[in-house]
Amino acid sequence: MQLDPNEVEELAKALYVRALKLLPPDIKRGFERLSAAETDATARTILGTMVQNIAVAERTNNLLCQDTGIPIYNVTIGRNVEFDGVAMSEAIRRGCERATREHPLRSSVVHPITRKNEQSSCGIRIPIINVDFDGRDETVAIEMIPKGSGSENGSFLQMLIPADGAAAVKRFVIDRVIECGGRVCPPTIVGVGIGGTSDLCMHLAKIAATRPLGTTCADPEGAKIEAELSEAVNELGIGPQGLGGRATSFRVHVEVAATHITMNPVAVNIQCHSARRAVGLITPGGVSFI
Amino acid sequence: MAHHVLDMPVSDAQVRALKIGDTVTLETVLFGIRDATLIAMFDGGRTTRFDLKGHAVVHTAPNVRKVDPRPGNSCPYEAVCIGTTTSMRVERFTRPLMQREGVRVIIGKGGMGQGTLDALRDLGGVYLAVVGGAAALETTWIESIEDVDMDDLHPESLWKFRIKGFGPLLVTMDSHGGSLHADVNAAALSRRDAILGKLGAAERTRA
Repeated sequence: MQLDPNEVEELAKALYVRALKLLPPDIKRGFERLSAAETDATARTILGTMVQNIAVAERTNNLLCQDTGIPIYNVTIGRNVEFDGVAMSEAIRRGCERATREHPLRSSVVHPITRKNEQSSCGIRIPIINVDFDGRDETVAIEMIPKGSGSENGSFLQMLIPADGAAAVKRFVIDRVIECGGRVCPPTIVGVGIGGTSDLCMHLAKIAATRPLGTTCADPEGAKIEAELSEAVNELGIGPQGLGGRATSFRVHVEVAATHITMNPVAVNIQCHSARRAVGLITPGGVSFI
Repeated sequence: MAHHVLDMPVSDAQVRALKIGDTVTLETVLFGIRDATLIAMFDGGRTTRFDLKGHAVVHTAPNVRKVDPRPGNSCPYEAVCIGTTTSMRVERFTRPLMQREGVRVIIGKGGMGQGTLDALRDLGGVYLAVVGGAAALETTWIESIEDVDMDDLHPESLWKFRIKGFGPLLVTMDSHGGSLHADVNAAALSRRDAILGKLGAAERTRA
């Protein structure tokens, strides 16, 4: 299959708008689960408002949240795909820009020093484009994530040392969740990276924060910590919007990587309850959405 | 735990009657403001032609569509999606915003800190919590964008919205020193050690 940049551009544009309007089914189910377990009256009202908002967004064909986020495109290229990588990246950028101008969407992206907004949702190294490969034949998958800033500001890295052990990793996560309180728009998905280098650790936390609900860490030790922390954060009483209740998080997700004998890094990246993501597939048969 | 309908702007007595746990619905006019607007006004010394005395501001930067001026509305924008951003980033601007511009009601999400709580008490103000991330719903409470100032900061301009039934919002910080955010945070901290103990992650004590 030859990857057509025009098809990529149209898909990149469509995915941005689609991600902003339709919440993935796993998150909707997550709301049902949290609502069923919640006993606090204020928390129940707030969860009800969030669920109502999902329905209003669908009915009025509107954005779920005003924060159009930092645009992230995760591209996974399968086998037997011929592509021009530069043309592909440029096409994604054009699609992102066109979504912003044509819908129109708020451009939430500025130069980090001058704070100038180009009104295009693009800038230096933005949109973020991650490219990976997998074994699917003649398939290119593009996942679009508009990462909201309220929860992205809930990002932390600590280069712990081996003597601190796994206990300090868990303590770090609990303390950061307390510190963030309602600012990160709970109920959240708490993404935790353990191991790697500093940059890989932070990236693992982002992968964890944006992983669908219902998935588990592939590493059994990571999965164990994931289960323990998921239980623990919902005993803090922070609740939806930080106004009390059980539903602080849908789940804590952990991703791990091997690390150095002298290192024990941990990272936290939080995803708010508007856990938006959209995926499109390009195959010889055309474009489809998952 | 009373419900109040406030037709903006409001008086000192109306604001001081509000207590944490009450709910509020706003009517008529609401202003939108956030990081860049406040930085420009209070670090950059810029002023606005809007009279904010006794009014409410919501921490927001909206999604808007450019339109031709219509009969009865000269503002060149209509709303696409308007929601609320995290308030804590603009914590240090609450007092000057109330003192210089006379703002009485702050609407946001996630709550604010001690500096804001002190300003609300000293100057007679209240903080109302919106459900963050529920912007599609919030947009249905806004009738139109009536005017915009400082639009060179777009989308972080100073917005004037015409509203109808904006709420219900929860009073989470009042002029009597009450803060639900501080209460929840204190409760979480009090549970911390027991939770860490269960995880086998309590701080090591020195032998």
